Amino acid sequence: MMLRAGGNVRRAPKPGGTVPSSGKVQMHPRRLEWMCVAPYIMGMKQTMRTLDRREFVVGVTVATVTALAVGEAMAQAAAQGWEEAVKKVLGDAKATEGKLTMDLPEIAENGNTVPFSISVDSPMTDKEYVKTVHVISTGNPQPGVVTFRFTPQSGKAAAASRMRLARTQDVIALAELSDGKFLQVKRSVKVTIGGCGG
Amino acid sequence: MSKPRIRLPEQAKVGEVIEIKTLISHVMETGQRKEADGKPIPRSSLNSFSANCGGTEVFSAELHPGISANPYIAFHMRVPGPGEFEFTWVDDAGVKIVEKQKLNVV
Repeated sequence: MMLRAGGNVRRAPKPGGTVPSSGKVQMHPRRLEWMCVAPYIMGMKQTMRTLDRREFVVGVTVATVTALAVGEAMAQAAAQGWEEAVKKVLGDAKATEGKLTMDLPEIAENGNTVPFSISVDSPMTDKEYVKTVHVISTGNPQPGVVTFRFTPQSGKAAAASRMRLARTQDVIALAELSDGKFLQVKRSVKVTIGGCGG
Repeated sequence: MSKPRIRLPEQAKVGEVIEIKTLISHVMETGQRKEADGKPIPRSSLNSFSANCGGTEVFSAELHPGISANPYIAFHMRVPGPGEFEFTWVDDAGVKIVEKQKLNVV
């Protein structure tokens, strides 16, 4: 009964609208205006109701952005750190490419233990040998990985170990030779899961 | 602290270049990590390794925070003659872990 009554409303003459001879429903301009604005007002009401949640969402977003910014700042600090570490090794000297090789996986699934090995093409005699090899990470919170110190007794300037990598980055190796020259090599590694407890 | 593990060739000739592999159990805590409640985990790490053969140093390494837990270090040596190896790891507190092993020279 109610439904039918509702259905009859359209046919019944209304205070705000007129039913012209064509039978088409024509709205009063005010009413039309209200119908346009209503969804927005309803929306506003909805907004008011969910404000707490919104505040929460906004808060979380801000926190995330801040955390990212802090992370970025830390990464930048690390970036400066590795440049300093390289400078500390090289001093005013310049390193050349070649003769020094570093084996690293291209993609490291677990950044906690990334196997690597370095080797320098050197006769390792008392006159000509490799003194040290420094391994420096460009993307870890602390750039130092390891410093290997060889002697002529080493026989072969090659060593291997496992390193931590916090994220995808370049790894640099610098070798200091007995004649004071430096060699360098840079390798990039993609890290799927970062090390350093991140 | 468990005993470090050393792998030497079963036998070596004088003048031959051999590979020596070492492995030691250690957390190598960097001091960067935090516990779930936000407390920083204090640094506890080995910072140096050295290998002596017959009293002369053959190889050494400075271990920085970028070295994984339970550090594995492999290196080479030209066999000078019969002798005993002495491997030493030193931690931040200056405590030394020393492991000795004889090399069978033929």
